[in-house]
This record gives sequence, structure tokens and C-alpha cells, in this order.
Amino acid sequence: MSLLDKLDAVAAARKALLPEGVEVFGTPIEEVYSSTEARIGDHRILFLGTNNYLGLTFAQECRDAAQEAIHSEGTGTTGSRMANGSYSGHRALEREFAEFYQYRSCIVFTTGYQANLATISGLAGPGDIVLIDGDSHASIYDGCRLSGAEIIRFRHNDAADLEKRLRRLGERSRSTLIIAEGIYSMLGDRAPLADIVKVKDAYNSMLLLDEAHSLGVLGETGQGLVEETGLLDRVDFITGTFSKSLGGIGGYCVSNHPQLDQLRYVSRPYIFTASPTPATIASTRAALRLLREGVELRRQLWKNVHQLYSQLKELGYRLGPEPSPVIATILETPQQALALWKGLLEHGIYVNLVLPPATPEGHSLVRCSVSAVHTSEQMNHVGKTFAKLREIIFQ
Amino acid sequence: MLNDYNDVLQKLCHHLKQLAGAEVEITPQTDLINELAIDSVKLLNLIMEIEDEFDISVPINALADVQTVHELANLIHQIKSQKQ
Ligand SMILES: Cc1ncc(COP(=O)(O)O)c(C=O)c1O
Repeated sequence: MSLLDKLDAVAAARKALLPEGVEVFGTPIEEVYSSTEARIGDHRILFLGTNNYLGLTFAQECRDAAQEAIHSEGTGTTGSRMANGSYSGHRALEREFAEFYQYRSCIVFTTGYQANLATISGLAGPGDIVLIDGDSHASIYDGCRLSGAEIIRFRHNDAADLEKRLRRLGERSRSTLIIAEGIYSMLGDRAPLADIVKVKDAYNSMLLLDEAHSLGVLGETGQGLVEETGLLDRVDFITGTFSKSLGGIGGYCVSNHPQLDQLRYVSRPYIFTASPTPATIASTRAALRLLREGVELRRQLWKNVHQLYSQLKELGYRLGPEPSPVIATILETPQQALALWKGLLEHGIYVNLVLPPATPEGHSLVRCSVSAVHTSEQMNHVGKTFAKLREIIFQ
Repeated sequence: MLNDYNDVLQKLCHHLKQLAGAEVEITPQTDLINELAIDSVKLLNLIMEIEDEFDISVPINALADVQTVHELANLIHQIKSQKQ
């Protein structure tokens, strides 16, 4: 098969699954009105699939900070920090993240995807072993591949299975890195962190926790699962993203290990890409302040979460195992998922359609995510629409 | 050693039959993905079961080179004998 034939096969597979004229993936958004509303075609829609957990994309402080930074430092850095230097904003944001976690140091990356690529490939190499949860995000899989280390999957959220695999490794278990996520992006369930930490300690392994979906969402100050479980000092590395609760783009890794800093000299996804723009850094610094103080936002977020989760459960939708800002309805077939997705859009609600192979266990998902700034009228409209569609989808 | 391999092959075929259906003929040359229509999700679940049966872990890097039943049996056999 030639290079282009392969892409034709991809197009044919997609066409077989999706009806003509439905732009399910990469739907064109014509105008954005707020953190929760926009226009698709001629219709005003509600965003219910973004990862804007605290609604900070339109926070005045963040927008002002970004504008001011563009004004004073320009639109871009036009190169990597290795070659073109670290602006004061890059360094300040790293200090602020380290201080937020009470950790020794932080490195900021251009995206969360690259934070995982850079951290994993900087830590592990050929001859090492990385043990990853079976439901890990693509950035974790890709980071492992880039590292050249041996990759072993353990059963999703199963610390006993992880233990078994470390035991099987015998002597080799000592050069291992374990990777888990605070909240899993597809079904919204949390990692059993206390159990994983116990196993890691027993085998002298290292633990990397990706808090992409839990930053700003879990814990009193929003540190994530480490704060909710009181295990902040038991994790070796935390990665995360600016693209969800912080409403920007970029990523970070924090650690108490002084060696973290050496990633700046060995990690290709840090070295060979341009550093975050001044506006991105400035809005993220402002957002981090709001996130830390965001007790009220988190209260509102969880109120919305519990409302939608219990409503959908009562309606008989099959959901992920626990309430979280990621609320996924699990459908029997891709066709059913597509019908629900389309029905929601026709009622002005835009969510994520996630089809195999990007999903755990090959499920088809209609993935919603809830924000602190969704109003009670908006949440009521969502509940009513799911109730109405239930009749149509499952008749 | 050869006995060991045959033992692995037999157990593997048993698992595969459960996935692909009893009427499907499975030989060492059978292509896992294309002939048995086992998708990548099913294959990874199958591997987890086999890992427990043989008390090993199969690194997913090694799976990239596996296409046929024989290749998978051989990989499991190799990992198993490295352990002993
Ligand atoms: C668990 C997890 N890690 C990392 C990322 C990557 O984040 P970013 O969007 O900043 O590249 C995501 C986002 O999709 C994610 O869900």
C-alpha cells in the first residue's frame, strides 16, 4: 500500500461510520461568546465537552494579563529556551508552580502533551521499564515510545495487577517508572493513589502522576489528586497541563528530585520546540492565582457535577464509575453514540463523541465535561435534553 | 524447549478460539489481526489473560513485530524462558 493509499483507507473507514454532511470531528465553530457559549452554523450552542473546568478562558484577569504581555513582550519567543533564552515570565511561572506544590522545582513546557513526552523520555531510556495504566492518555504512550524503554501495561486502576508485574520483573523492578493519572480523561475515574504509592514504595520504583484533568478540580487549593489524598510528598513527579482548568495552553512537571532540572539538557520535546508565548505565560500565571483561590469555583463545579451525574444515572444512562467533571455516557454501538451526539447538538448542546480505538475497552462514548460557570438554567436544559433523547435513542 | 513452545502454542490457540469462534481454523501461520479479525483492543485484553496464565509481562514494544500466531507464541516462549 502506498503512503497515500493508507490515508484513503482512513477516509473510507471514517465515511463508512459517519453519515455524509456531519462534521463530528473538528466541528467548525463560527464565533465564541463566552466560556460556555458559541455559534455553530446558525445555532447558538452550549459547550459541554470542553475541559474548561473552572471557566477561566474568559476571566478578566487572564485576558488583561495576556494583552499586557503581548503589548510589552510581543507575540512570540520565536525559539526554544535552550537557544533563545528564558523570559522572566517563564522563570516566574516555574517558581510559582514549584511554590504551589511546595516542591523543589518545576519545568514549563509548550503543551501538556510535550510535558509528558519530555518528562518520560528524559527519565527513562533503553534498558529501563515503564509501567503504565492500560487506559493511559496517548501522550503517555508516545512519551514511552520516544524513551526507548520497555513498556508494560497494568490493568486499569488495578494496584494488585501493578504489584504482580513488578514482582515478575525480579531484580529489574528497581529501574522502573510507574505512570498513573489523577482523573482519567475518558471515564472520569480517579487513580487508586494510596494503593499505587504502597506498591511503588515496596519496589523502590518511581511514580509519575499526570494531573491534567484533576488540577484545579480536586483538593482544597486545587493541586489535584495528591492534595485530595494527602499524598503530595509520596509522588516523584507530577505533570499537568495549562489547557484545561487554567484555560490556556502549555504544560509543566514539578518534582522534589533535584535531577529534574537536567531534563532541560536531554529532553528533545523541551529543547527542539519554541517556548510558550508571553501571552500564554501571563494568562496562565493569572489563572494559577485564580485556581488556588478558587474554592468557590470548585464548590460550584462539584455542584454541577453531582447534579448531572445523578440525573443521567436516574435516566438509566450507563456512566463512568464515579462522579467527576468528566461525565461519559457509554453506548452500545458507535451508531447509538452518534445519534445521541447529533440529538444533543440539535438541541444546542455540543459534547465530545469518542469512538474506538481511542476509548477504553473499545466503548463508544458521548463525553460531557462540566464547568464551574455552567448556570443552573444551562444544567437544567442539559438534563431535560438527555431525558428527551433517551426515548429516541433507546426505543 | 520445543515441548515448552508447543505447550505455549496450544494454550494460545485455546484462548484465540474463544475470541475468534470455535469454527475458525487456527494454524501457527494465521495472521492475528487480518485473518482472525481481532482488533487491537481485543488483542491487548487477550495478552493480559495470557500474561496471567504464564505469569509473565509482555512489553508492548515487542508486540509491534508480532503478526502471526507463531510469532506471538514464540515471543511468549522467549519471555518465559528468560525468566527461568
Ligand atoms: C491525561 C492527559 N495528559 C495530557 C494531555 C495533553 O495536554 P495538552 O492539551 O496540554 O497537550 C491531555 C489532554 O488531552 C490529557 O488528557
